[in-house]
Amino acid sequence: MQFNSFSDFINMGGYGFYVWLSFGSAACILSLLLFNSQKGHLYVMIEIDRHRQREDRLRQARALRKQQSLQQDKALKKVTE
Amino acid sequence: MWKWLHPYANPEVTYHFTTKLLPWLSALAAIVLSIGLVWALLFAPLDGEQGHSFRIFYVHVPAASLSMGIYVSMAIAAFCSLVWQLKLADASAAAMAPVGASFTVIALITGAAWGKPMWGTWWVWDARLTSELILLFLYLGVMALQNAFEDKNLAGKAAGILTLVGVVNIPIIKYSVNWWDTLHQAATVSKLGKPSMALSMLWPFIVCFIGFALFAGVVICLRFRNEILARNSLRPWVRTLVEKYRNHR
Repeated sequence: MQFNSFSDFINMGGYGFYVWLSFGSAACILSLLLFNSQKGHLYVMIEIDRHRQREDRLRQARALRKQQSLQQDKALKKVTE
Repeated sequence: MWKWLHPYANPEVTYHFTTKLLPWLSALAAIVLSIGLVWALLFAPLDGEQGHSFRIFYVHVPAASLSMGIYVSMAIAAFCSLVWQLKLADASAAAMAPVGASFTVIALITGAAWGKPMWGTWWVWDARLTSELILLFLYLGVMALQNAFEDKNLAGKAAGILTLVGVVNIPIIKYSVNWWDTLHQAATVSKLGKPSMALSMLWPFIVCFIGFALFAGVVICLRFRNEILARNSLRPWVRTLVEKYRNHR
């Protein structure tokens, strides 16, 4: 152990500001990076899910339109006959 | 060897392999990095001239070496993707770029914080510092290109070419302290033969370096998984995974 007391440790022989600036900024940047990378998994999952839901809605709308036009055709045929 | 490697060209196999690897790698990184940091901050001896400010060395040098090392791995991945059209290589390059950029920023900040008490200035436009700053811009350019195209294959190709062109900067950073007169001190650790450092300082450095490298590995694995999912979003196995995940929530 190179230090006698906690305040000694914080002071770093007069270089405290520079040492803690270095270690602090490194810790900040690396934890932000880790957090962002972990959260990314969730975001990707949500994005894929949203895309899929949109596709489903489009498919349903297309099916509905097709059905409606078929019914209209039938009705039209009845009238003309 | 090719037979052994071949299944890992399959995104699904690689995704599950990375998922299984992650907890072990994270635990190892946490242990090694904590040992290294405690050793560096509390137990490593003072430098004769620099006193306690020398402790910045234990973050600055690993961050700087990793910023270059990750760039070289990214370039190898980009080369594989351009030559053999490996889609996973593209995904791994995209996973590495932000990690390398973060380490470059750390190297620059800690370097400035070390330069102020030792050289009396936060920044000088000398060869080592400027070439490291250019490395940061290269990383930012690669990341911008990766996100500039809707089509991920096209984006990977463009970013890969920039990555390969940028490799020329790596030897410039490495040898800048020998080629030009700079304020920055010459290599101490990676000197061929015997490193010009006391063993009581070298050991905590080695542990710190391995710790930071393992941390980089963990983050790259995390981002690699995300990239694989995003690039295979139409595949049935990703669909079932997302479905399972939604029902679980």
